[in-house]
Amino acid sequence: MPDSEKLQLLLEYSENLPDVPSKYGENPELMERVEECQAPVFIAVEGNAEAVELFFSAPREAPTTRGFASVLHAALNGKTAREITDLDDDFPGQLGLENLISPLRVRGMRGMLFRIKRKTKELLDS
Amino acid sequence: MSEQEKISKYASPEALVTTEWLAENLDAVTVVESNEDILLYDTGHIPGAVKLDWHTELNDQVRRDYLDGEHFAKLMRSKGISRDDTIVLYGDKSNWWAAYAFWVFKLFGHQDVRLLDGGRMKWIAEGRELTTDKPSRAEGNYPEVVRKDDEIRAFRDDIAKHQPSPIIDIRSPQEYTGERLHMPDYPNEGAARAGHIPSAKNVPWGKLVKEDGSFKPLDELQTILFEETGSSPQDKFITYCRIGERSSLTWFALKYLVGVKDVRNYDGSWTEWGNLVGVPIAQGEAPGVFA
Repeated sequence: MPDSEKLQLLLEYSENLPDVPSKYGENPELMERVEECQAPVFIAVEGNAEAVELFFSAPREAPTTRGFASVLHAALNGKTAREITDLDDDFPGQLGLENLISPLRVRGMRGMLFRIKRKTKELLDS
Repeated sequence: MSEQEKISKYASPEALVTTEWLAENLDAVTVVESNEDILLYDTGHIPGAVKLDWHTELNDQVRRDYLDGEHFAKLMRSKGISRDDTIVLYGDKSNWWAAYAFWVFKLFGHQDVRLLDGGRMKWIAEGRELTTDKPSRAEGNYPEVVRKDDEIRAFRDDIAKHQPSPIIDIRSPQEYTGERLHMPDYPNEGAARAGHIPSAKNVPWGKLVKEDGSFKPLDELQTILFEETGSSPQDKFITYCRIGERSSLTWFALKYLVGVKDVRNYDGSWTEWGNLVGVPIAQGEAPGVFA
């Protein structure tokens, strides 16, 4: 896929990130802040080993971050905990965005995946 | 005090423009948007604005350095920017990346570069026009100019030589004290050690701007940058942050707003200093002594 199309696709993903349910919208402290992103991004993980639900909150003025969140949501929401924890840690690198977007920015997406995996493990342990 | 009055009191009032001025002069200037977020421009931008990406366009993609004169000239021409253009830069995050681009334009000695006070946020908050139309511009006329690093750029070896002149660390207090890299189970910020360059004073960049993203008036900036750091306008300054982007904003304020003659931005910043072998580092709230 040409680079310009990849950016366009990421922009479309960013527009399609689902809104968080009102309990998170009204209580952002229930979510975890992803510190690796320069934009404020919050994630929450719910469900059980059979089906994990993911929630992301990121501001409209951070479309790249929203795009990353939306790609992760499309890839992982509703999957089993095992499928999530087994996902290659380098999934963000495999999207071929590092040269296009810069490794520093893609690090924010790595941070999101890292936290999703950790919170999924916590879900299994609880 | 009107915005224009505020700006007229700064040391170099021509380096900053108001949103109102820009709206009235859009046709006379070359507007350039430089953001942290690479997609933000594509969601809507000031009419006629050219997109410039700091990470992927102003940096050499192999060495950790900026473009050389040949590649900068090529980039400018391809964007339809000419050497004698009046450039107005703006961007997201209170202009961090716009100030960074401003600084790079100055490394190449571009004469007329200005910053939009308040950046993208203020323009949008005032309900001003945005478009998703990409401008079509004829190729620019830009000569190859040698990049001049010595006046406004500091390197790691300059830090020791700079003592005892003031160094301003503009990161958050948590990054400055070193607390930030010590959070358990969190990937760190890309540095092996946490803390700050000994003797550096902590002036978080956000202290310089108002809630709407525009700069505070001259007297407040003087208090924050001189009185509170025990420095004077005659001192030579070095600014730094994590990779040099937030500190470009403070570099800009020191040079163009409060009128410090000699101020350099250390773009290696903490991602270099925090990884160097054998250099001194201070932790905690006290600046410490460089030794």
